Amino acid sequence: MKAPKFNYIKAETRQQALELLDQLGEEGRILAGGQSLMPTLNMRLSQPGTLIDINKVSGLGGITLEGNVVRIGAMTRHVEVANSPIIAEHLPLIAEAMQHVAHHAVRNRGTIGGSIALADPAAEMPACVLALGATLVVESVKGRREIAAEDYFKGLYETAREANELLVEILIPVEKLGDVSVFLELAQRHGDFAMAGLACVARVSNKTFEDLRLVYFGSEDKPTLGTGAIAAVVGRTWSADCKEAAANALANDLDPMTNLQGSAAMKLHLQKVLTGRALDAAIERAGAA
Amino acid sequence: MNKETPLTLLDKPNSYVGRTLSRDSAKRAVAGRGRYTDDIMPARTLHAAFVRSPYGHAKILSIDVEAAKQQQGVALVMTGAELAEMCTGPWVGTLVCFDGMKSEPQHPMAVDRACWQGEPVVMVVANSRAEAEDAAELVTVGYEELPVVIDKETALDKDSPVIHPNLGDNLAFEKTIETGDVEKAVSEADIVIEDTFTFGRHTAVSLEPRALLAEYDPGTERLTIHTSSQCPHMIQAVFARTLGVPEHNVRIVAPDVGGSFGLKIHTFGDEIAATAAAIKLARPVKFIADRLESFATDIHARENRVKGRIAVTKEGIITSVDIDVRSGAGAYSQYPRTSVFEANQILNITGGPYAHENYRASTQVVYLNKVPTSQYRAVGHPIGNTVGESLVDQAAAACGIDPMEFRRRNVMRDDSYPRVSAAGIEMRDLSHQKCLETLVERMGYDALLEEQAEYRKKGIQRGIGIAAFIKGTAPGPAGYYGAGGAPISSQDSCTIKLEPSGGVICMVGVTDQGQGVDTVMGQIAAATLGVPMESVRVIEGDTDAVPYGGGTYASRATAIGGEATYQAAMLLRAEILEIAGVLLQAEPDTLDILDGHVVDKGDTASRISLAEIGRIGHFQVAELPNHIQHTLSATYRFRLKDALYIFTNGIQGAYVEVDTDTGFIKLLNHWVIEDCGRVINPQLADEQVRGGCVQGLGGALYEECVYDSAGQLQNATLADYLVPMAGEMPDIEVAHIQTHTGVSELGAKGVGESGTGAAPAVVMNAVNDAIRPFGGKVTAQPMSPETILKALGKV
Ligand SMILES: Cc1cc2nc3c(=O)[nH]c(=O)nc-3n(C[C@H](O)[C@H](O)[C@H](O)COP(=O)(O)OP(=O)(O)OC[C@H]3O[C@@H](n4cnc5c(N)ncnc54)[C@H](O)[C@@H]3O)c2cc1C
Repeated sequence: MKAPKFNYIKAETRQQALELLDQLGEEGRILAGGQSLMPTLNMRLSQPGTLIDINKVSGLGGITLEGNVVRIGAMTRHVEVANSPIIAEHLPLIAEAMQHVAHHAVRNRGTIGGSIALADPAAEMPACVLALGATLVVESVKGRREIAAEDYFKGLYETAREANELLVEILIPVEKLGDVSVFLELAQRHGDFAMAGLACVARVSNKTFEDLRLVYFGSEDKPTLGTGAIAAVVGRTWSADCKEAAANALANDLDPMTNLQGSAAMKLHLQKVLTGRALDAAIERAGAA
Repeated sequence: MNKETPLTLLDKPNSYVGRTLSRDSAKRAVAGRGRYTDDIMPARTLHAAFVRSPYGHAKILSIDVEAAKQQQGVALVMTGAELAEMCTGPWVGTLVCFDGMKSEPQHPMAVDRACWQGEPVVMVVANSRAEAEDAAELVTVGYEELPVVIDKETALDKDSPVIHPNLGDNLAFEKTIETGDVEKAVSEADIVIEDTFTFGRHTAVSLEPRALLAEYDPGTERLTIHTSSQCPHMIQAVFARTLGVPEHNVRIVAPDVGGSFGLKIHTFGDEIAATAAAIKLARPVKFIADRLESFATDIHARENRVKGRIAVTKEGIITSVDIDVRSGAGAYSQYPRTSVFEANQILNITGGPYAHENYRASTQVVYLNKVPTSQYRAVGHPIGNTVGESLVDQAAAACGIDPMEFRRRNVMRDDSYPRVSAAGIEMRDLSHQKCLETLVERMGYDALLEEQAEYRKKGIQRGIGIAAFIKGTAPGPAGYYGAGGAPISSQDSCTIKLEPSGGVICMVGVTDQGQGVDTVMGQIAAATLGVPMESVRVIEGDTDAVPYGGGTYASRATAIGGEATYQAAMLLRAEILEIAGVLLQAEPDTLDILDGHVVDKGDTASRISLAEIGRIGHFQVAELPNHIQHTLSATYRFRLKDALYIFTNGIQGAYVEVDTDTGFIKLLNHWVIEDCGRVINPQLADEQVRGGCVQGLGGALYEECVYDSAGQLQNATLADYLVPMAGEMPDIEVAHIQTHTGVSELGAKGVGESGTGAAPAVVMNAVNDAIRPFGGKVTAQPMSPETILKALGKV
């Protein structure tokens, strides 16, 4: 389990990183926290020619509130996101989700940009940014490009980012006053990638969902919006019938993958259970607010 | 009857025995000063990597190593055929004590056929492991895939492919034991319960993987191997014989060992290969298994299907138990301990806590195109206990009797020993009744039942589990290894010496893998001699230094090695007191040793220090009369006389919550009451039990080596093979009942596997208790969420 030979370049500036990416194409690979990349190198599952280390590039980190948008630099470590007062106040969904991301050692190195660039189907951050309607900002030597989260996740580890583009920041609209969010996931051991999970953002009034986003992960090849389930719920007073309707609709929204963690049927079942629980929790949180 | 055990030296006030002292090696490990095999780096060390079979079963048509040989840094590329020429012959993993057992001869690396995915085929030795891996990628092997045998249920079918045509079929071993008359008991019983249980394959996952550094000096013709091993003398014998090096020229050193759990009592072909390379090249060669290799080559265990049946009267008295075990071994029987111990042990222990007299148990062990199986912590016990204890629970439920009460009626009585179990094994010095009543008290059993009922009303499903157990520890020479023909010692020895300084050197054949064996031996030696702990140095794990012994396996270190240390210390003590008697003009039996000084019995004032005795005994020997020729050292060797094992017993309790919508299990509480005889170091004994439980819980809930139908291991990483982590584990409350074994003066039995042996049983019983009102029942481990949901009819 030793990585094959590769070249290593520590980029000093963003411009240098972009130029290297542009020159090297598929042969170049960004090294952020290394928590996903290094294991694949050591297991010889990927053999890039050159690693472009962006850890020392300035201006790629940090969390700031800019009007109604939270801007998170790609190199922001998971631990910084988890401890950020801005996130806690304005993006409680992400604060809640971060508790499920890996373990302390991994969070100390792993980055939110790495997570979204990689787009692991069982990762938490991709689901959150889709649920929150975030914008992903990528940059290449040719300039900057903004991609809506809806258009970004394409499939299993597949995104709209081009090989010569660096993910530089994530722009997330703050959760609106009166909105509630709920993040639920099931993993056999705390910190593992999810077997099934759900990011939920809702506007509730009088026990009725006025607006709702349900994004499923873990079971699908990419974070997936539960459009049918949402339609089955929005505008109706929350009830047991409503819960059942949402669960039934989910069968058309999702197409779970069977893997070592369980069958497609079980994952669909779990997502239905989580949907009911998340919406119950949303009603409860809205009531308490 | 539990006789009052007479008080000995060890029971003195302030004795080191029965006292918690921290492990010697903990301090070093915490300070980053551990010295594991991989930390040892002689000049000019080379590193081995292996090309392994990508197929479950394939004929090797061609091997092209030319490109690899040309690679920078490569010192040697060796094929299986070339290695076979350096060996005295292939291994055959059978023992004569297993009647009718058969196994195909196995070369250290595949020669013309690979029989499991991961079997070594070609070795590359280079300046660094990375260069060796680079070169290994350039080796091309032509394979022709052969049909695989993956499912143990169909492995004996007429139309099944046969892995080793020479053997005629895929059967490794079969055996039946029968006592009393099961059929009669079943036909006369009020209630008969039958069920089938399945258990996934596990592997040990030691923190430190297998590791070996071999050095051969052509000048002295000495072979020195540092290796992460539990059994240095066994490794010495096997490596010497396999490679044709005289045994006395082979030195095995086990430095710090980072966990073992039975994995490191075995021998592996890749380790023989690396050693052969060291001989051939006359340079140090290191092989450290990486995690992928560990999953695909370390012994596996636990893959069994058991059909079980229990017969009871309506008063809740067990009248018979019978089981049929289909055990899935790997492609070869593991040399030299075989792959059939597990099944054999299941036959020995199932239903073992109970006093019934009719028992039938049969097994068929079959070869599969998977990693060879062998001993892993609590060999067979997790399976036998789960089957027995689940049947007992189901019988209790059918009788309408509380499961604790049901066990109370059936366990062997504490005053009934010695006796023979239904499986025909001698039982002595056990304490099922005392353990059970202690558990009732520790769990607060009645209050817990009430609490459970309250939670049910709120829609929260909690379950209470109980599992009584026996555990075979410290096997004797009449049993398997020596008698079976393997070079594995069931005796163990201690040589203890008084140094001129008054310090004590204690050399033991048993070994430490992080559990504190060295500390425990030091405590026994210090307590027996009457010296401070600080003046005792324990040396273990070096065949050049220590007397011959079996090492550490089967919970034997304290039971066997501890008694050897105690008796050796007694002999040395007698020598010291004899010399003191001469010097002090006193009768030796009026003297005692306290804190490194000879004192008058009952007094604390020093009459002469051990340092003075050491000085005179080694340097000023002229001060002693001519007939005193003491060496100030003693060796004692201990073994069981007739017994197969020193059996221990205990009972576990578990409290769990099952989320019936998700199938997730939350472990709330866990109790273990066990009887390991005399406890030497309470904290180390407790932690053995706790760690053992966690390992058992991992197997019950998460762990499984998953193979697909082509014989590909699907989850050879720690991201996919889930081991238990602290966050999911419950608090584990431990209590010891100390019924000393009568076979030794020390009175200690084994403790290292008791947690593992019954934890899977108790947690399965608790889960089934939780879901019983919904008509659910699980009989398969690991109990994944999907298993639970299926049992509940939800998916
Ligand atoms: C034991 C363990 C458990 C884990 N559990 C979880 C979990 O529960 N949930 C979870 O979400 N994650 C988990 N992870 C993954 C972890 O969160 C990773 O850190 C994260 O997925 C990748 O971030 P990184 O900064 O380490 O990226 P790296 O490993 O450095 O890179 C990952 C990939 O993204 C690319 N990349 C990185 N940054 C950029 C960028 N700015 N622009 C373009 N491409 C880029 C790299 O080239 C590479 O292909 C776990 C990891 C481990 C080791």
